[in-house]
Amino acid sequence: MSLFIVNILDGLVTGLLLFMLCSGLTLIFSMMGVLNFAHASFYMLGAYFGYQISTYVGFWPGLILAPIIVGFIGAAVERYGLRRVHKFGHVPELIFTFGLALLIEEVVQYFWGKSQMAFEAPGVLKFAAFSIAGNAFPAYKVFMIFIAMGVFLVLLYILTKTRIGMIIQAALSYPETVQNLGHNVPMIFMGVFGVGTAMAAIAGVIAGPVLGTFPGMAVLLGSIVFVTIVIGGLGSLWGALVASLLIGWLQTFAAAYNLRMADLLVAIGLTEPVDVAQSMLSDLWTLTLPQVGPILPYLLMIIVLVIRPNGLLGKRET
Amino acid sequence: MNRFTKSLLGAAFAGAAMVGSFSIAHAEGTIKIAFIDPLSGPFASTGNQGLSHYKFAAEELVNSKGGVLDGQKFEIVAFDNKISAKESLIQLKVAIDQGIRFIAQGNSSGVANAITDAVKKHNRRNPDQQVIFLNYSAVDPALTNDKCNFWHFRFDANADIKMDALTDVMAANEDIKKVYLIGQDYSFGKAVAAAAVKFLKAKRPDVEIVGNELHPIGKVKDFTPYARKIIASGADAMITGNWGSDMVGLGKAVIEAGFDNPIYTYYAASDGITKTFGEAGEGKLKLVMEGQLNPPVSDRAAAYTAKFEKQYPDYDIGQPRIANVIEMLAKAINKAGTATDMAKVAYALEGMEHDSIWGTKVVMRASDHQAIQDVHILAHTAKDVTFDFDNSGYGLRAESTVKMASADSATTCKMKRP
Repeated sequence: MSLFIVNILDGLVTGLLLFMLCSGLTLIFSMMGVLNFAHASFYMLGAYFGYQISTYVGFWPGLILAPIIVGFIGAAVERYGLRRVHKFGHVPELIFTFGLALLIEEVVQYFWGKSQMAFEAPGVLKFAAFSIAGNAFPAYKVFMIFIAMGVFLVLLYILTKTRIGMIIQAALSYPETVQNLGHNVPMIFMGVFGVGTAMAAIAGVIAGPVLGTFPGMAVLLGSIVFVTIVIGGLGSLWGALVASLLIGWLQTFAAAYNLRMADLLVAIGLTEPVDVAQSMLSDLWTLTLPQVGPILPYLLMIIVLVIRPNGLLGKRET
Repeated sequence: MNRFTKSLLGAAFAGAAMVGSFSIAHAEGTIKIAFIDPLSGPFASTGNQGLSHYKFAAEELVNSKGGVLDGQKFEIVAFDNKISAKESLIQLKVAIDQGIRFIAQGNSSGVANAITDAVKKHNRRNPDQQVIFLNYSAVDPALTNDKCNFWHFRFDANADIKMDALTDVMAANEDIKKVYLIGQDYSFGKAVAAAAVKFLKAKRPDVEIVGNELHPIGKVKDFTPYARKIIASGADAMITGNWGSDMVGLGKAVIEAGFDNPIYTYYAASDGITKTFGEAGEGKLKLVMEGQLNPPVSDRAAAYTAKFEKQYPDYDIGQPRIANVIEMLAKAINKAGTATDMAKVAYALEGMEHDSIWGTKVVMRASDHQAIQDVHILAHTAKDVTFDFDNSGYGLRAESTVKMASADSATTCKMKRP
């Protein structure tokens, strides 16, 4: 039972981290109708900038500065890259962001090399906040939960309660009308893109010390981010939250329990072969839950798409 | 100067350097050694680190002492195999076409398996142009068992020997009652787990293996759930063959979750790993490896390491055995009196006993061409470390030593000699 509680908390951390990436991506998508393949690369840039700044002035300035820098880079990419490509339709946009992802990975390897960076959590958070049955829960992870929650609440407040949020929401559905009313819609687009990438960068800075800062970190998270927003429903902030938490827990629990396929097969009435290694289906019989863990989110995506093609909370046709 | 600014400078000079490297003419009358390993791609840092040690060792241990035979010098010629077996075979062909007769390779047993087969075939078909394969790192036991051949020499302790030494040390530790095995889901991870189970059962039947699992290689984003399981199992020690980011991710997660017992590893050092673990790994992280840097075994070893660190401040002597490769090869060439008749050199290398710069005796066992040497359990620590890794202040210090590990281990090798 105590292990169950620890896993709930771990899954919450993973889920909220995923949410910080997905919220930006899903906003950008609902606004521009373009899937930003380079989104996870901005997350990686955030981690590397955070690391580089932390070597000069410490972790905390890095947490503030890195997202700002990445946000400006993101805005510049929208202004001088995506906006020009936009004229030619969605496919060139997709290809542009895809190329950008490759470019960022190469640039990162060029400057920082291929090995893992020694990005450390700040000293004040390097203690175990509490421990359940010998399992320590680091204070840094508590901090991660609060940061992610904070980001979500601020975002929700801005989008639903402020004038800027109203304009953004209006620009989502009726860009021409909003423009006719005198609002600078391209500027809003650029701002949303910048904020979205800055949020990915915040996720990068706080995840860097825990999940590792290395050139493969964007690829490792990139595909799962898309799966999450598809499950949640493209363009839905609440959907992104629900789907992120769902996937966070799914992955944590899948890795935490060594359920064997053999037990399942026996339970449905099959008999285990005497010599499993020689059996024709030996791969199936020796399979364990942690081994299939990484494919479960994709499985979930397919099931969701079959049952609810718009995603769990999505409104629009995708 | 840190890595970032250095990269910027490097960028500026890279262009100039590339133009320069083409104009360096190969010295006449040198004995060339082809170094075939990854020099680009994700494993480039390991490859480049090995290459720098080879160049340094050739200069320091042979060339500055007047070379071999009548003053011939060693020259290391680098070939990038991008850690692909297919690419390696192409590079091997290029090297042989250039007249190179000594092939050094180490990263990835998959590549080593391909090269040893290709070398065997080539030597049978071209008896007047034979080559020798100096395997300095690939540890798949098969290379000196079922797949052994006369032209292949392994200077590292193979995976079974390392596990044998590791379990010797673990068996002597009465505190260890429960062991957790975890590794990457592929041939090497499986081989480590199988060897651990076999040796622990034989040496300490009372030790309970509380976990034996494989995780997807390079796909796990967060090792925390695995760490929770390991803690919950009540393990007193864990063993892993993980490398790269899987090693760092697993180790950090386990330590953060409150694991306070030894973590026995094969590859948790250098290439940024030592720096990343830093303080967290102190007293917990252990490595099983040949070659001891700390404390230095002799003034000679200390001077050698210091000079290397000065010449290549970004790299470490992560693979000390490279010094043995160079010294033993030089000895064999001198003894054979030729650097062109490979069968004579191979016979001279076979069964050679060598006093290594790292303080151990190295015996190139004739029956399977596996080097038998002292294997150490090294601790990741900042205390009494003369030579650190990654310029981090942390390094590896010898904790216990198994003398001439697995000297009498059995081999299934049936060597066919020319």
